[in-house]
Amino acid sequence: MSMANAFDVALVALLLAIAVWVVVARAAFSAIVVFIAYGLLVAIAWVRLFAVDVALTEAAIGSGLTGMLLLGAAARLRGTTASGRCGLTLRIVAAMFCAMISLGLGAVILTPPDVVVTLAPAAMANLPPSGLGNPVAGVLFVYRAFDTLLEKVVLLLALLGVWSLTPDRLWGGVPGPQVDAGPDGMLAFLAQLLPPLGIVVAVYMTWTGADHPGGAFQGGTVLAAMWIVVIIAGLQNAPSIDQRLVRFLVVVGPAIFLGIGLAGFALADGFLSYPAGYAKPLIIVVEVALTLSIGVTLGLVALGTPQRMRRQ
Amino acid sequence: MNAATLFGICGAALAGLGLFGLITNSEPLRKILAFNLLGTGTFLIFGVVARRGAAAGLGGDPVPQALVITGIVVAFSATAMAVVLLLRLFEESGKATLDPNEADGASTAEDDS
Amino acid sequence: MRLALDIFTALAVAGGAFFFLAGTVGLLRFRDTLTRLHALTKADNLGLGLVTLGLLPLVAWPLGALKLISVWLFVQLSGAIATQLIARLVRREDPQA
Repeated sequence: MSMANAFDVALVALLLAIAVWVVVARAAFSAIVVFIAYGLLVAIAWVRLFAVDVALTEAAIGSGLTGMLLLGAAARLRGTTASGRCGLTLRIVAAMFCAMISLGLGAVILTPPDVVVTLAPAAMANLPPSGLGNPVAGVLFVYRAFDTLLEKVVLLLALLGVWSLTPDRLWGGVPGPQVDAGPDGMLAFLAQLLPPLGIVVAVYMTWTGADHPGGAFQGGTVLAAMWIVVIIAGLQNAPSIDQRLVRFLVVVGPAIFLGIGLAGFALADGFLSYPAGYAKPLIIVVEVALTLSIGVTLGLVALGTPQRMRRQ
Repeated sequence: MNAATLFGICGAALAGLGLFGLITNSEPLRKILAFNLLGTGTFLIFGVVARRGAAAGLGGDPVPQALVITGIVVAFSATAMAVVLLLRLFEESGKATLDPNEADGASTAEDDS
Repeated sequence: MRLALDIFTALAVAGGAFFFLAGTVGLLRFRDTLTRLHALTKADNLGLGLVTLGLLPLVAWPLGALKLISVWLFVQLSGAIATQLIARLVRREDPQA
């Protein structure tokens, strides 16, 4: 077995062991911490599968933001005990059912088709007119731009869903808990040092996404993370959800994307098709607006429902 | 067995584990964790399909990879909604459980509609 | 020249891996939180530093090297902050520790 295969086998064994730990751990806090480590290992698995854009997204959103959300929830739900474990019969039946599903999926994996249907040559062949060098960016913003637009709208709907769960008396309030960290604390030091560097990294990741792995979603997530660091260190208050600037920033990304898409009816072949020669500038405009919107939306989704009214 | 098939089997096992956790864990937060496990396992299976479609000088077929990126963002949105619903349930009823027999301790908080 | 650089990479990465192993053993075997934090910082600083040093001959100079080193610095920053936060919490909860 070559070194690469030995590494893959070790990675898979570790992934399965950690996944079992997440399922059977007693305390929610340890399960979530192990889940964050699991997410990072899955990101390494994605690199082994030659999908670096997906690895970046998984590490940032799948492991980082999701883990942060779950840790915050576990902290607020501390003390609620499990309402009794499930009966043995249910566990045995569920185990058999899940084993059947796993075996079915495994059988599908182990019997690959004789002729592999792939869109890679078509994707690469049609990439030069758009000016992009990264085929995944090409799929996201040129071939399946409709899916990306709807994905951004799904994020917006999630934000609306989160806000709609606000109690009436707190409508228009400020999300996130009250922060008491002093201006001399360690978190304040981190929040003063890290965000400038983080913003440079985010801009770089978005800009380089045109030709190398990266893109608007990954850069937007780093922007959201920097904003959250500043808020939890107490250096800046979370905005109240009725501020016009917040709502504008959340909407500007999908609005510009939709506008460019509708302009495609007049200027090019149809919805979301770009006029010849103008594809790269338009895609850059869309990506910049989308990064800003994604950063603000993900930050607000991670902060949650309003917890207190803004002090007048 | 090459790397792609190995990760595919890993993804299948993770999907089964996640589903088992979703069915048998009684705490809603653990169910959300298991749902994420199920999600990452399914995405790994997509990744194997992408890897097997490697052609034209690329390491993998970019279309399934872009679908997985979309899927990760949508899974995060679903997780965020689920967590906020759970926290709201906890604020209203004082318990974080989906079992109606357990949750009949009435809320003493003010009327929040 | 290539061979010398490859030997350097192998030795440096192996040294980094040794420090990671030492940090993990410390995490599992030390008895209280402050000494465990001490073990982990060895893995963060020395271990990752040696791995980064070993990988430097393999990347495009200068931008690739700059990115690798900045990754190491970011990990050190976050590790240091997290260590300080945990240590202060431990000190607050149990002044005798």
